[in-house]
Amino acid sequence: MPAPVLAVTDLSTSFFTRNGAVRAVNGVSFAVARGEVLGLVGESGSGKTVTGFSILGLVDPPGRIVGGSIRFLGEELAGASDERLRSLRGASIAMIFQDPMMTLNPVLRIDTQMIEAITAHEKVSHRAARARARAALAAVGIASPDERLAAYPHQFSGGMRQRVAIAIALLHRPALLVADEPTTALDVTIQSQILAEVQDLCAESGTALIWITHDLAVVAGLADRVAVMYAGRIVEEGPVDAVLAQPLHPYTRGLIGSVPSRNARGAPLNQIPGMAPSPADLPPGCAFAPRCPRADVVCAGPLGMTGHPGERAARCWHPYVSEAAR
Amino acid sequence: MAAITEVGITDTAAESRLAGAWHEFAERRTAVVALAAVVLLIGLALLAPLVAPQNPYDLTQLSIMDNKLPPLARGLDGMLYLLGTDDQGRDMLSAILYGLRLSLYVSVVATAIALALGTVTGIVAAYFGGRIDALLMRLVDIQLSFPAILIALILLAILGKGIDKVVIALVSVQWAYYARTIRGAALAERRREYIEAARCLALPQWRIIFRHLLPNAFAPLIVVATVQVAHAIALEATLSFLGVGVPITEPSLGLLIANGYGYMLSGDYWISFYPGVALLIAIVAINLVGDRLRDVMNPRLKR
Amino acid sequence: MLPFLFRRLGQSALVIAVMATLVFVGVYAIGNPIDILISPEADEAERAAAIARLGLDKPLWLQFLVFVKSALAGDLGRSFVHGVPALELILQRMPATLELAFTALVISIVLGIPAGLFAGLKPDSLAGRAIMTGSIFGFSLPNFWLGLMLILLFAVELQVLPAGGRGETRMLFGIEWSFLTLDGLKHLILPALTLAIYKASLVARLAYAGTREALLQDFVRFARAKGLSPARIVGVHVLKTILIPVVTVIGLELGSMIAFAVVTETVFAWPGMGKLLIESIYRLDRPVVVAYLIVVVTMFVIINLAVDVIYTLLDPRVRLATKEA
Repeated sequence: MPAPVLAVTDLSTSFFTRNGAVRAVNGVSFAVARGEVLGLVGESGSGKTVTGFSILGLVDPPGRIVGGSIRFLGEELAGASDERLRSLRGASIAMIFQDPMMTLNPVLRIDTQMIEAITAHEKVSHRAARARARAALAAVGIASPDERLAAYPHQFSGGMRQRVAIAIALLHRPALLVADEPTTALDVTIQSQILAEVQDLCAESGTALIWITHDLAVVAGLADRVAVMYAGRIVEEGPVDAVLAQPLHPYTRGLIGSVPSRNARGAPLNQIPGMAPSPADLPPGCAFAPRCPRADVVCAGPLGMTGHPGERAARCWHPYVSEAAR
Repeated sequence: MAAITEVGITDTAAESRLAGAWHEFAERRTAVVALAAVVLLIGLALLAPLVAPQNPYDLTQLSIMDNKLPPLARGLDGMLYLLGTDDQGRDMLSAILYGLRLSLYVSVVATAIALALGTVTGIVAAYFGGRIDALLMRLVDIQLSFPAILIALILLAILGKGIDKVVIALVSVQWAYYARTIRGAALAERRREYIEAARCLALPQWRIIFRHLLPNAFAPLIVVATVQVAHAIALEATLSFLGVGVPITEPSLGLLIANGYGYMLSGDYWISFYPGVALLIAIVAINLVGDRLRDVMNPRLKR
Repeated sequence: MLPFLFRRLGQSALVIAVMATLVFVGVYAIGNPIDILISPEADEAERAAAIARLGLDKPLWLQFLVFVKSALAGDLGRSFVHGVPALELILQRMPATLELAFTALVISIVLGIPAGLFAGLKPDSLAGRAIMTGSIFGFSLPNFWLGLMLILLFAVELQVLPAGGRGETRMLFGIEWSFLTLDGLKHLILPALTLAIYKASLVARLAYAGTREALLQDFVRFARAKGLSPARIVGVHVLKTILIPVVTVIGLELGSMIAFAVVTETVFAWPGMGKLLIESIYRLDRPVVVAYLIVVVTMFVIINLAVDVIYTLLDPRVRLATKEA
């Protein structure tokens, strides 16, 4: 099997605040192969966004990476110099964010913001850069790109702004694109359009994609593999169809079960009882144990990922291993 | 900011808000030192008649033969002049203490009156809205678009000299700031449910305004008032320096500086210098306190 | 854009009209117009003649019309002390004040924006903290005291700069300016610096706050994700964002600089409008005071208008909103 584009091993990121150190990402490991789409799923507070930032080295103080390794195309990113990270960002690894309104600078024109992304990494003439920007806008499905280039961000709709962000991210055909809930703030119809376009673009250029989201439905249609995060750790991972059809971890099962569309009409909605723990205040052992219907005394002890057949893994003492799957 | 909200830090709920605010205030040592300086100055100003070696307004205590003595010199009767004497033989230290007293008095009184006036105006404008609001705020805007010093100068030129006139000038310059600040805060509060509830209970208007709306909109005013006291001190000093402020018989710090201005070029610097230092300390200390208060109360800068 | 401009022009004209009315009321109705317009040294016969000439025995509304008519024609009274039309006197002194105010403005921008930007980028560094504390000193120092101290230091102790007055001037566009000569510059630097320190401190604080806020925004993080160099992020993204509020404040404060020049001109014996005003107040030369007021009000209104226009040019969101308005 060819070497993965990104191999994260035991990554830990903490925030050092006035009230103590808070571990937002707690020993996370996963890998993404060339052209593969990985869905990183979790609720707010699960650490998924911080994981994304850590990969790009964009964790702001008082946070920083405290352990683990991030190998990108064989090169170690954790601890790499600022200059090296800067040269990779935008060119080999790109990221798009959740809120399209604030991602683009409101006082600069679109072409300025696209051209600077190009010239930051390559020495090209202004005119050549503008032509590339124009082509990129056309590629993400924006009509009349010339007019749009001269416009300002607030003149665009949310969906279009996100398309521009995607266009910028793919300008240099990066090997890896990290998308942090880019469609959460958009209308449902626009969402599916954007999803489809990103999927096509990445397939076409062979870009590996990490799609961070809390929405399982998105992951179902888009990803090849999925990793479920809870309280800063990955609790389950595997091929998306297998995980969604037969989740191993009680949390994953609860997540899938709590999607309203899966309910019979009129029946009470399924919920996972309790609330996700604050990262400042984690229970020992399995973080999900307080809410888990299958927890017992052994769940308070240390816990690693156990492998399961079909390239799957789960962090659980009592996974839902069905007899039929054996 | 997705990264920070995910982490979800909260302050310990046990601390009362006031204690919490003090702790945060005290994090910057300069602010605490400044606060101590302000307290000291207020104390000195209040106790000036008791603390000063001499009453500088009492002409019988002055000895013209002792004039223009440098600091730490001794007068003809053996009295030690810590900060020297001015051209009339007045002890500089006493003059400064009394001048400080007057400067603080004028500024605090003016600020208090302006605060009351501005608050009433702003709250009424915010509560009633519509035409009243538009009219009042237009007045405020016009007033604010002219520099304080010009307004004060012209007013004093028309009204003449005197402490009460200075207070009037300072009040007319300041009230607009308070009006605008509290109107902004009150507008935000007005939409809250508890005001709706008070209205449903058919409480009289003035009660709603003053017992319910005002206390909650008050917080930003504390910062503005603190900084405005410093402004008032500086403005009064400037007006007195220009000769249109307090009368010569009761000099404030500004007037003391003006008196000593001419002597500076011939080397008798202390007549202007030390009152200036006192003025500077007062203004800077109050500004430092006000600045720190503003940081503590500003939710946007909290990470 | 054009309808917006017309509306603003209309508003400005309204403000000038209101101010002129207030001045009129202050001079003619409240104050004793005879004292204000007629020199106190005039004897009975002169007073009677002046009253008749100035129409002070006519009804108030008629006097108002006369006032407005002559104001529009450029006649704002005659100085008691100097005997020449007040307006002419003021216009004569205006270039000196403008020179001082503009130089101070430039200094405050050149000092303030980089200082605030730097402190905003590194707020916990020694230099950053020093800049912020220094800025508090900067706007706390009373203008006149700062001037006095500067004179003490540079003119009395070090003796490198003159203690007051305006230096040699040279003619440009028909007006005498002193910044065109070395001697003039030597005379200009201390008063301009005095006037500038207050503004520079405010500008620095504004730039600091703006920078701190800008850095928290998502678009800065996105700019980093694009791989832009820190220099570009600060120099283009952050700077342009903070420029808008800073420019607005600077523009409005130009007016206040002209006002504060009153103090600075007195301390440094700088022959501008401000010093004229103070002298006129002392000598009860009230027509000059009245004329000064009207001129300054008009200037403020024009400056405010200009700032509004510049603001719309700078902030694209406002510009497009006004187009559609």
